[in-house]
Amino acid sequence: MIGNLDTATLQQIWWILCSVVGSLFLFLNFVQGGQTLLWQVAKSDTEKSLVINSLGRKWELTFTTLVLFGGALFAAFPKFYATSFGGAYWVWMLILFTFIIQAVSYEYRKKPNNLLGAKTYESFLFINGSVGILLIGAAIGTFFTGSNFTLNDFNNVTWTNPLRGVEAAFSLFNLSMGLFLVFNARALGAMYLVNNINFNGVPELEARLRKSCLTSFLCALPFLLYIVVSLIFIDGYGTDANGVVSMVANKYIGNLLAMPVVLGLLLVGLVLVILGVTRTGLGNGTTGIWFGGPGTVLVGLAILFTAGFNNTAFYPSKVDLQSSLTIYNASSSHYTLTAMTYVAMVIPVVVGYIAYVWHVMDFRKLDTDDIKY
Amino acid sequence: MGEIDLGTVNWARAQFTLTAMYHWLFVPITLGLSFLCAFFETIYVRTGKQEWKNLTKFWMTLFGINFAIGVATGIIMEFEFGTNWSNYSWMVGDIFGAPLAIEGIVAFFLEATFFAVMFFGWERASKGFHLFSTWMVAIGSNLSALWILIANGWMQLPVGMAFNPDSARFEMENIWEVIFSSVAVAKFTHTTTSSFVVGSCFVIAVSSWYLLKGRHVDMAKKSIAVASVFGLLSGIATAITGDESAFANGHYQPMKMAGYEGLYKGSKGADIVALGVLTSGKKVGDGQEPFAFEITLPKGLSLLAKRELNAFVPGIEDLVYGNEEEGIMPAAEKIAKGKLAIADLAAYKAAGKAGDETAKAEALERFTVNQPYMGFGYMDSPEEIVPPVASIYYSFHYMVYAGTAIILLMLLLLRSTLKNTLVDQKWLQVFGVFSFFMMLLSSEFGWVVAEVGRQPWAIQDMLPVKMATTNIASGNVAATFFIFLALFTVLMIAEVKIMLKQINIGPEGV
Ligand code: HDD
Ligand code: HEM
Ligand code: HEM
Repeated sequence: MIGNLDTATLQQIWWILCSVVGSLFLFLNFVQGGQTLLWQVAKSDTEKSLVINSLGRKWELTFTTLVLFGGALFAAFPKFYATSFGGAYWVWMLILFTFIIQAVSYEYRKKPNNLLGAKTYESFLFINGSVGILLIGAAIGTFFTGSNFTLNDFNNVTWTNPLRGVEAAFSLFNLSMGLFLVFNARALGAMYLVNNINFNGVPELEARLRKSCLTSFLCALPFLLYIVVSLIFIDGYGTDANGVVSMVANKYIGNLLAMPVVLGLLLVGLVLVILGVTRTGLGNGTTGIWFGGPGTVLVGLAILFTAGFNNTAFYPSKVDLQSSLTIYNASSSHYTLTAMTYVAMVIPVVVGYIAYVWHVMDFRKLDTDDIKY
Repeated sequence: MGEIDLGTVNWARAQFTLTAMYHWLFVPITLGLSFLCAFFETIYVRTGKQEWKNLTKFWMTLFGINFAIGVATGIIMEFEFGTNWSNYSWMVGDIFGAPLAIEGIVAFFLEATFFAVMFFGWERASKGFHLFSTWMVAIGSNLSALWILIANGWMQLPVGMAFNPDSARFEMENIWEVIFSSVAVAKFTHTTTSSFVVGSCFVIAVSSWYLLKGRHVDMAKKSIAVASVFGLLSGIATAITGDESAFANGHYQPMKMAGYEGLYKGSKGADIVALGVLTSGKKVGDGQEPFAFEITLPKGLSLLAKRELNAFVPGIEDLVYGNEEEGIMPAAEKIAKGKLAIADLAAYKAAGKAGDETAKAEALERFTVNQPYMGFGYMDSPEEIVPPVASIYYSFHYMVYAGTAIILLMLLLLRSTLKNTLVDQKWLQVFGVFSFFMMLLSSEFGWVVAEVGRQPWAIQDMLPVKMATTNIASGNVAATFFIFLALFTVLMIAEVKIMLKQINIGPEGV
């Protein structure tokens, strides 16, 4: 059945699937956002422990989503996996380092005899939430601004900038993308914590969380505006019917107008995020995360769809336009995409049990009796 | 394909070795201990006895400490294929990427999700759901092993795919062949069962230490009772599946086998070296005796490799210089054919660019004939196809000795448990503590056999390691190597210190 689909359809399905996983990752970055809030909102040891224990039940999910994002790109778009990870070597390495130090921090922070001390593990969490997310944002920014690579006849990548990808962080657009994600993650982190913790006995924590939700979002706004305005004006990397890449004026706003559904996703997503922020930051509600989270997913989808669909090169090369990657020239074979599409059918089951376990575990809010580490 | 920077190749190899060996310090414990936790908790739920609950919680605490660093060292491996082996990732991503993605979808989420219940759910989930979650963590861990080992098995025996001259890469044709290849099956069964042994020995070592100190005696005895049964069954399975792995090597990777057996000249009814010391400095074709000292079992190798007493087992020299009688092509000839294939592929591409259809078709026809040998075309000399013999010879023999010794230990432990004499047998307790280190080392050495024995190939007979790397100045890879070395070493020291402290605190502290 799926095997009868043509290659282009499968390639589009897989761009959608990868975008969904990537966007869910951006939502689950509430863990990273929460990690950067730690020092600001939690003043006492109890407060700190509450925040860390609440995030500590979710960090694996975010982490695993990142791993899956890598795996899905490898299977569906191996040329992207090879070009970007091998080419933009140092950005990815730095991102990975921040996730390595995150992975041990929850478990080891409060354990006796832990070599580095609780403060160090807390700073690991901070680095992961700030530097890690900033660089991921910068990497996403290059989907629009382009990278410095060429591919030869055998598709081996040559990177033409000695910084091997870190140069992406020096573009205002990419940096804005990174900072937007960092502050949006903080807003989400606050929404999640307000939803997850029982504040009996620690009312100041709640007040501080609600306040930082608002301020974080206000900090994110200018960067968001800068991104949106840039997308309206910048030229983009378009492809013609033969796959030849050229610069197209106002490409990305053109994409949004040509794909009203994507524009809709973006607008609805933004509204949902704002609703989440106002519920948490201005009102007394605890359900902000259920608006802000899905809102972030929709915004993420809009960003990735704009980058990949409507004859656009999603991983463009600044130095050699024809080396740019599109979802059509970077994908696996028809056979592999078909096989993987069958596998992807179990995703709803996975999402189902995750949701069920989340429900079982969070049915009762986290309080001081639950502190494990 | 551009020049090869051997510095980059070697740093990339060193880095993969480093990260994989670190990851592997923790993974076998996860694979084994997760099942033991599930057994312990099942006993608790069936008997309802508090002491089994405490015991379960204690082992879960140690499990969690180990798990965290296993995850930390694992994420890097997933991306290392792209960062350090980007040419590899492009050439075989069509086949190799799939199991990695499937692993993420079906295994890692199972682990990550139910892990939260297992650790934080004692008061939140029902007894039954908690037990279910613990089992899911065990199954999830072992499923992640399944998919990564399928990927690795495919590197050892590349099946279910074909080379596409237009994209100049390998493309998948049959995913079932990839999943059910006999090498993948042998790999999965041998790796998981041997990891169960490592996990059992972890429990036995900690418990034996308590017995030596006279602390938590009841808990230690209970733990050993369960672990020694699991360890014995898994130990026997390890030996059987190890034999199966060797049988697969005999078929598909004769060079690897000749290497780890130290067999230079092949013969019918080949003897197996039970105990031996290699001649140092021996090179292929230099006429030196391979062994300075050896004790052999007659015809043992033919039996292991072919399951026939008088079957022919090729030696390193047969595989390098050829053996007409047995129909083995000399490596020099394969290299010559490979070089032709590479030239014809380039001609095919050039003709395609020039729009010369007849030249293109002719080039393709010539290419197709020699395509199976293309990988050999990148070799500079026939001797290059020989892996480092000494590392794999000693690693393999250590593994077999350890595998035999552990079955004996498990039997002794089980006997003492049944007769209730363990508390007085200090020597057995010392052996118990020691067993964990012995088996962990064995597990690492197993990988040395599998991976170093595969050299110089990344994909057996298809893609040499030196063609697999990223085009990057070696300084970058060297820098990340040292960062990993420093980072993982610090994290490992922290892990060991925390672990020892928790063991010292004992089950009452959790
Ligand atoms: C506790 C660990 C342990 C023990 C006692 C053994 N093994 Fe093992 N062995 C492994 C742990 C291991 C491993 C780490 O799991 C490896 C690495 C790759 C693999 O497939 O499994 C391995 C690989 C490996 C290979 C190479 C497979 C390949 O190249 O694909 C062979 C031939 C054997 N083993 C054979 C044996 C035999 C005959 C044993 C005798 C009892 C034995 N092993 C015990
Ligand atoms: C060399 C290739 C390998 C790669 C790319 C790899 C990748 C990973 C990744 C990304 C994780 C973290 C998963 C998470 O988010 O929870 C992980 C953990 C794990 N891996 Fe590996 N791995 C490799 C080798 C192996 C092997 C050979 C096995 C088993 C036979 C294995 C078994 C596990 C298990 C059980 C975990 C769970 C965490 C733990 O170690 O305690 N891995 N691996
Ligand atoms: C976790 C257990 C593993 C260990 C301890 C291990 C060990 C090693 C070692 C020692 C090398 C270096 C060989 C040399 O350069 O001389 C190596 C290389 C490599 N291994 Fe593994 N390996 C493991 C699992 C895997 C798995 C599961 C895969 C693939 C799915 C894999 C893929 C590779 C690759 C791509 C290289 C680099 C190319 C090469 O040198 O062959 N390894 N590994």
